[in-house]
Amino acid sequence: MFSRLRGDFPILHARVGESPLTYLDSGATSQKPECVIDTFTEYFTQRNAAVHRGAHTLAVMATDTFEAGREAVANLVGGAPNQVVWTKNATEALNIVALGIDRASHGFGGEAAQRFAIGEGDSIVVTEMEHHANVVPWQQLAQATGAQLRWIPVTDDGELDLTDLETIVDETTKVLAFTHVSNVLGTINPVAELVARAREVGAYVVLDACQSVPHMPVDFTDLDVDFAAFSAHKALGPTGLGVLWGKTELLDALPPVLTGGSMITTVTMDSAEFMPAPQRFEAGTQPVAEVAAFATAVGYLTEVGLDRVFDHEVELGRRLLEGIAQIPGIRVLGNAENRIGTVAFDVDGVHAHDVGQYLDSQGVAVRVGHHCAQPLHRRFGVTASTRASTYLYNNGDDVERFLTALAEVRPFFGLEDPPAAEKAQAS
Amino acid sequence: MTTQMQQLYQQVILDHSRSRIGNAALLGDSAPGPHGHSHQVNPTCGDEIELETELAADGTVTVRWTGDGCSISMASASVLTELAASATVSEMLEIEGAFHELMHSRGTVEADEEILGDAAAFTGVSKFPARIKCALLAWMAFKDALSQAQAGAPEQTPTAPTEDEEK
Repeated sequence: MFSRLRGDFPILHARVGESPLTYLDSGATSQKPECVIDTFTEYFTQRNAAVHRGAHTLAVMATDTFEAGREAVANLVGGAPNQVVWTKNATEALNIVALGIDRASHGFGGEAAQRFAIGEGDSIVVTEMEHHANVVPWQQLAQATGAQLRWIPVTDDGELDLTDLETIVDETTKVLAFTHVSNVLGTINPVAELVARAREVGAYVVLDACQSVPHMPVDFTDLDVDFAAFSAHKALGPTGLGVLWGKTELLDALPPVLTGGSMITTVTMDSAEFMPAPQRFEAGTQPVAEVAAFATAVGYLTEVGLDRVFDHEVELGRRLLEGIAQIPGIRVLGNAENRIGTVAFDVDGVHAHDVGQYLDSQGVAVRVGHHCAQPLHRRFGVTASTRASTYLYNNGDDVERFLTALAEVRPFFGLEDPPAAEKAQAS
Repeated sequence: MTTQMQQLYQQVILDHSRSRIGNAALLGDSAPGPHGHSHQVNPTCGDEIELETELAADGTVTVRWTGDGCSISMASASVLTELAASATVSEMLEIEGAFHELMHSRGTVEADEEILGDAAAFTGVSKFPARIKCALLAWMAFKDALSQAQAGAPEQTPTAPTEDEEK
């Protein structure tokens, strides 16, 4: 099955110079199947109109498309369609929550929003393995409200160190924000354990699901999180579209930060009343074509089955780890047992940029740098790493081509001996 | 492809990236001569350099730096330091101008080895847009630190005319 569906992705037939493309950067963005690409043409040639306004036929069709997308996402991740808010990306989704809490803390949103209000004496907890998108908004919120920012550290194995969970997440904690799956290490975090602790102290749980929703079955209702964020483009969908998922009661109480048209009930020259979620967060003209395309992507993923996608990627990840272990001078970051098919590593004596440049010369596309997770890299004593991340369209040949190219990196840069031998020579 | 890789990673670059000239402890304000300091970061990859310049009475400038980054950025800092050891400030500014132009040429400009010396080895970098910033990082720090050193100098060291003035 997985060997056949590779044919659905036109870009995977591309060549980079003389080499076939080996795309192992799906953690950054996924490639798109033809049906998703075609949806754009179909939408703009047959259904294009602004949504939630106008009574003409096209406007109705576009609105139906837009709302059907919401339903498709709700079927994918759990909950009702009105729990799905369209955003520009996952970063915006996380900012809507952080900034909404900031507004509530400054008196916006009336009594209903006071449940979110935080200030001095309160704390916000994140983890050391977060993407910057799930750190910086909380830093800003802490600065704006006087609340304290704390974080859960990471072990040498690249897992969350929950030894001191009870003191880090305590009675002062109002928000616990963490990633479901690390975008660097691929570690799958124990959501249930963290949610249980948050419930004990009455903290809201915000889940960054960018690296989980595309790669494994996820149900936010089952996980019992309060808010969750992910992006369409990492899950076979288009860029420019993200999702904020939330419990209905909370979404309806959270003050919106982006205000204007399409999110109000009545407006006078002095004031405005806002619609309930999801519309209260969807001011302005919406990305309807992107929603249509994402609905197609969700249909594609559902048809393949995310449980099978998960197994396929875990197997590729296992082969990556096994193969990398055979190459001298490579240190894999983290060693979590529970992980997706993503592997980040450091090549002794060769900077990640140079590693990526060599791999690219062999047609292998990987991510290099800090992957928007500088604190995590600092934790592992490096400023940058190289990351290979798999998806449903990758196969054993991709893994082999990657490993062959990786084995050539240190020799190309004149470091043929394994580091142990070099040290022996030096001393 | 390999040929292009070899053009990018010239032996000069690989050598300088391993044995880095000028990669030494910074003196900060304890430097006796007029001095300047600059910290530059490449936000896309986290490469960084801290570089200081110290003007000498004979019109030359000493460069010291520490940094962490890819072979291109580290080699570039090393070559810069080496060039500074045998050039006047105005010659260094001429080299800086030529290097800047070379890096933005997308491979269309022939490097003038007489001006650029070992910095001509970076010609291949200009064909890789994602790496140009790596090669320029140390030079940006140098320009910044130099202008600070000059501002602190009792008598302004004559500088080379800028492109605008030439026009």
